[in-house]
Amino acid sequence: MSLRRRLPFSPWHLALAPIAILFALPFAWMVISSLMSTAQINRFPPTIIPGSLHLEGWETVLGGAEFPRWFLNSTIVAVVTVISNLIFCSMAGYAFARLKFRGSTAIFLLILATLIIPFQITMIPTFIVMHDLHLSDTLGALIVPNLVTPFGVFLMRQFFLNLPIEVEEAARIDGCSRFGVLLHVATPLAKPALATLAALTFLVSWNELFWPLIVINTDSTFTLPVGLTTFQGAHSIDWPAVMAGNALTALPVVVAFLLTQRTFIASLTSSAVKG
Amino acid sequence: MEALAPALATAPRRRLRERLLGEHPTAWAFIAPAVVIILGLTIVPVVWSLLLSFRSSDLISPSHSVGLANYKALVHDPALGAAVKHTLIFTVLYVPLSIAAGLGLALALDRRIRLIGLYRTLILIPFIVATAVQGVLFSFIFDQRFGVVNSLLQKLGLPTQGFLGDPGQALYIIILIALWGSIGFCVIIYLAALQDVPKELKEAAAVDGATRWEVLRHVTIPQLAPITVFLLVWQTLFALQLFDLVYATTRGGPLESTVVIVYYIYLQAFQLFHAGYAAAIAYVVALVLIGLSALQIVYRRWRVAHP
Repeated sequence: MSLRRRLPFSPWHLALAPIAILFALPFAWMVISSLMSTAQINRFPPTIIPGSLHLEGWETVLGGAEFPRWFLNSTIVAVVTVISNLIFCSMAGYAFARLKFRGSTAIFLLILATLIIPFQITMIPTFIVMHDLHLSDTLGALIVPNLVTPFGVFLMRQFFLNLPIEVEEAARIDGCSRFGVLLHVATPLAKPALATLAALTFLVSWNELFWPLIVINTDSTFTLPVGLTTFQGAHSIDWPAVMAGNALTALPVVVAFLLTQRTFIASLTSSAVKG
Repeated sequence: MEALAPALATAPRRRLRERLLGEHPTAWAFIAPAVVIILGLTIVPVVWSLLLSFRSSDLISPSHSVGLANYKALVHDPALGAAVKHTLIFTVLYVPLSIAAGLGLALALDRRIRLIGLYRTLILIPFIVATAVQGVLFSFIFDQRFGVVNSLLQKLGLPTQGFLGDPGQALYIIILIALWGSIGFCVIIYLAALQDVPKELKEAAAVDGATRWEVLRHVTIPQLAPITVFLLVWQTLFALQLFDLVYATTRGGPLESTVVIVYYIYLQAFQLFHAGYAAAIAYVVALVLIGLSALQIVYRRWRVAHP
């Protein structure tokens, strides 16, 4: 109490500010060292605040052939995966929420059950399937298994179940097909759920490392996380370039997060309410 | 409304089809992509993997049956034993620490003061960034020669450390990185749950003379129990499946001190091409993981039935 009276601000800042800085500091160091020269970094002990800025690291990363290519690959995979999830999860979610057909419950429960299947038991057969489809070592191998996700189907079904059915029925009576209802009536109302699904799908797709590592082995087909870890292995003396590549990989996710924080937080907390 | 015009024209034909088949054709068209992809690339592989675990396969040449040999071998594999040990050390430290820190921080962040939004954002950002980015970043920060941590230690006159290059320290450094990268997730889950704790309960306890600590212990924390159970299971599943962070930092080294179970499965399947053996290990691990998820589902049902 006496502390509060003496401080012009809440005493909680004394605990929270240092903790928040501790979480942010590694990123600050990443950006600072990406702007150093290798000579500045190789100095032992390294200077914390460099006297001059250097762009060699960024030039290596942005001027080389690798990172721009990986950035493009990551973007293609993420964009296609997000769009296809929006379409296919909506369709399936809508069918399970609104249409009456035999086996509806059983199939939905089976899809839901796949949520608890760990990736390690499906990865070897999936690898073989991709090989047989001649998709190994192509971006297709990264896209096809993620075209539609069980969590997305679940999320969209929940959302459609909670929509008032009256508007849809009115459109049906006017002669609108089921697909028409989904496209013109339900989807516009489902924007919050679609935004949540898009954010989550983008995040998972952009950050994925394990599966691309298994199924991709040509440099030019790498996505950023695979490329980054490979680049670090090959250039471990050129830390400014590695940190520039690291910042480049983190940037789109951080920017998207800062712009649409509410949506991202909704998509992360939605995992806690599933099942 | 123009969009509805073509639909109107075909309406009579559609009505006839619907009388005969109901909504089945539409429904199947709607769920077909989901069924093909999810069932085809999950349910089928689950069965396939089981069959594979009784065979010897190098992923390329035709496989042959070996009966239970893969399962017998995994019991006596010392390298797998070491991987299990590393995984358990990681899990036992990471799970409780991440949840405790997450709860503590969520309680601290659950107030309306200036900059609170900024604090929450900064604590959450490490979680949304790729694990590969986290791993590469900390490989640099903890680098023996050029890392900023050793540089600071030296300035303070303390002995420099091996960190990720020291077999005795590497696993613990990975735990530290994992905590930095995921506490934010526990925080936002708890923060969301804290909004649902009924204010009346806390106020009633306070009126009855409970101190702030007693309200926290006897009202708030019990109200958060379902979320704590969820996080316990979620974080344990994550810990038992640790891979990305190990790959992005040590690749199992030094001296195999950070080889965890899934990393070992990856090595067996895709580096050594012992696909049958890898499938057997994956199956045993998967059963444990599925069991944990099932427990969580049972708990949730029970909780709903006994509020």
